[in-house]
Amino acid sequence: MNKLVVYLFGVMSIACVEAASVDIEMLPIDINLKDKAALQRGAGLFMNYCSGCHSLRYMRYNQMAKDLGLTTFDGQLDKDLLKNNLIFTTASVFDPIQISMPEVDARQWFGRLPPDLSLSARERGTDWIYTYLKSFYLDKSRPFGANNLLVPDVGMPNILAPLEGEVIRVTQGERSDSSVNASLLLVEKGEMTEHQFDSALQDLVTFLAYVGEPAKLVRYRIGVGVLIFLGIFLIVAYRLKKNYWRDIH
Amino acid sequence: MSNETDPNLNREQDFHESVDADRRQFLLTTTNVLGGVGVLCALTPFLSSWMPSAKAQAAGAPVEVDISKLEPGQQATVEWRGKPVWIIRRTKDMLKQLDGINDKLRDPESLVEQQPVYAQNKFRSIKPEYLVLVGICTHLGCAPKYKPDEKELGPDWPGGFYCPCHGSSFDLSGRVFKSVPAPINLEVPPYRFISEHVILIGEDEKKD
Amino acid sequence: MSGMLKWVDARFPLMSTWKNHFSGYYAPKNFNFYYFFGSLAMLVLVNQLITGLWLTMFYTPTAAEAFNSIEFIMRDVNYGWLLRYMHSTGASAFFIVIYLHMYRGLLYGSYQKPRELVWLLGMVLFILLMAEAFFGYLLPWGQMSYWGAQVITSLFGAIPYVGDTLTVWLRGDYTVANATLQRFFALHVIGVPLLLLLLVFLHIVALHKVGSNNPEGIEIKVHLDSQGKPLDGIPFHPYYTVKDFVGVIVFLIGFFAVVFFFPEMGGYFLEHANFTPADPLTTPDHIAPVWYMTPFYGMLRAIPDKLFGVVVMGGAIVILLFVPWLDKSPVRSIRYKGHYSKYALLAFVISFLILGYLGTVNVTPIKLYLARVCTAVYFAFFFFMPLYTRYEAHHPVPERITK
Repeated sequence: MNKLVVYLFGVMSIACVEAASVDIEMLPIDINLKDKAALQRGAGLFMNYCSGCHSLRYMRYNQMAKDLGLTTFDGQLDKDLLKNNLIFTTASVFDPIQISMPEVDARQWFGRLPPDLSLSARERGTDWIYTYLKSFYLDKSRPFGANNLLVPDVGMPNILAPLEGEVIRVTQGERSDSSVNASLLLVEKGEMTEHQFDSALQDLVTFLAYVGEPAKLVRYRIGVGVLIFLGIFLIVAYRLKKNYWRDIH
Repeated sequence: MSNETDPNLNREQDFHESVDADRRQFLLTTTNVLGGVGVLCALTPFLSSWMPSAKAQAAGAPVEVDISKLEPGQQATVEWRGKPVWIIRRTKDMLKQLDGINDKLRDPESLVEQQPVYAQNKFRSIKPEYLVLVGICTHLGCAPKYKPDEKELGPDWPGGFYCPCHGSSFDLSGRVFKSVPAPINLEVPPYRFISEHVILIGEDEKKD
Repeated sequence: MSGMLKWVDARFPLMSTWKNHFSGYYAPKNFNFYYFFGSLAMLVLVNQLITGLWLTMFYTPTAAEAFNSIEFIMRDVNYGWLLRYMHSTGASAFFIVIYLHMYRGLLYGSYQKPRELVWLLGMVLFILLMAEAFFGYLLPWGQMSYWGAQVITSLFGAIPYVGDTLTVWLRGDYTVANATLQRFFALHVIGVPLLLLLLVFLHIVALHKVGSNNPEGIEIKVHLDSQGKPLDGIPFHPYYTVKDFVGVIVFLIGFFAVVFFFPEMGGYFLEHANFTPADPLTTPDHIAPVWYMTPFYGMLRAIPDKLFGVVVMGGAIVILLFVPWLDKSPVRSIRYKGHYSKYALLAFVISFLILGYLGTVNVTPIKLYLARVCTAVYFAFFFFMPLYTRYEAHHPVPERITK
């Protein structure tokens, strides 16, 4: 493939290198939990690329299907769709989303059990996850051939590399505080264009935000009703108070 | 507020007071009504949370059973909602053994509601060949034993189920015999055929 | 209906209680905004008790299952998420209400004679409330739960000679572990709530014996009408029942706005780190207590010595118990006290708020210096109170309530 200098990914300075995540600027990403199509695409991406190693142990397949609209015409759960496209283990439709990789093997291959991602969006935030997935770059010195600007020396391989393409890290000299200016460069196109890849990541992150709190849209809906009711109640209660207090003074 | 004894002013005061009192009553009633509504709404989450959770529903979900490998005369047992459920593939002979014993049975027509509507027949099943029963004795809850062979438990034994705990017995459709401790027929759970060789236990037949 | 009431009343002091504490209990007619918070505190207590009771039906108090059971509540139990958010928001709401309730006491001298006991009982309630919040916070068994408990229980190690044994004894293990979780659960669900209920009862009984104070600090029982009722008083029922009811509705609007739309409150009511299960091998980047304890945490970190830091932190709470005897002013309410009292109170509040902020962020040299200054100001408010309240020029207090 021809080398493509597509874009400068943005300048990120690495202040210090720790085993944990470092301070780089977050890339903001918009989330629309009402977009069922995005949620479905995100679910598909997760099941295909992530669910081999990462469980969503607090999410049940049937709950996800109900909220994402994976139903048949008469409103029943579309078990066949689930089983054919989204369930890759022996789980039933009512089970939580677990991985089939044995824990012992996971520890041997990766050094630790890949973390469950049910609450990742609540713990880290969607911006962090988006930035993380965009921060992978080629690094031959690492066991899986990839490294990450946000989590240096991360144990996770760059699973989405076929979609994103080949990304390398370029440094642009040192700064006065001996931190390094680094940016990422796309040098070989993947299956998706940059725009498609960003869009796919947005879907995936939207899905993870949903998994973090499936009841979110429900609580917004009920909340509006409760506040309207209380607002009316307040007017009545206040008038009642004023009526009684007319006697005073 | 003045202390004038002008009669017109007194009447005005009285009028204002009575308007206030009417208004007060109206506001009190409205407050009570709204408060009642509020209390009912507030109770909803607490009461609803006692309904079976998604976890309980998952555990109690219908169970699919593949009966393609079931031999004639054989009994299979699966668990549904914590209870043992039997599937028996009855032979033609076994079906014949159901006739002529009505006077020995307590409820030969299955009048007591221990089965779905589609199992209210001599065979107590959708297809005569396959019998689905909850394997819990209707006396005190023991697990009866499967005794399908004629004369196995005495010269008059037509085949069926025998409970070792207190001696209750049931025929090959799960109907209870007279003069035994158990009062009613064995329970038939809701079930339906998804395909020719797959039974779904826990769900009724869909109405077309 | 009235027949039934008469039957009960002949066997139980129903009507007399109603009369003594509601329809015939005279309260000053000039209660302002700050006087809503007592009844609101009771409302929040009831909320915590009922939502807490319900959560106990679904929660599992073991280290292995606690975190899972909370997600089970959030997802699998019908309306479980609502019960959880009402309880977590209620905890923060409780402290907002109580801090404002205590502030009213400081503003209007509600602790002065003859109400010292009301204040003391209230202070015990405050300490119990903090214990209750601390025990409750371990229960989700998240990273912040675990490490927060680890840090706070290790503070006891600062006590000479007995410190380390005491810490192990508190935890029931060498580090915070399942044993700690189970005993904190028992204390949080049964032990402390029973004490809270008892003390709230005593607190109100003590209050009703002497009667409520008011923003003017005037003693309304001095001027009585021909029937012996205070001229500047009004019966609690219906006037304050109806007024407090409005207060309740306004509070519920704010409360439910948070419950339904901002339950995490940017990570202050539900901390982000607590969405990861407790891991004894990994320490989170920032360990901080929940916002309502941060002023005291800020003080703790300002002191370089571990034992002295604990003493200062504890002292900051204990010193509040002495306020009725530190305040030598002949005047109750800030409205009639001199300038020194007003500036001192302002400085106290500002330093408390700054310390609260400092307790949430990482320590830097400037912040450390600021924390020390604010701690000094905080204590100065109390240490110098006998002086500035006695010697400042105060305004004459009116006889009757006109505003």
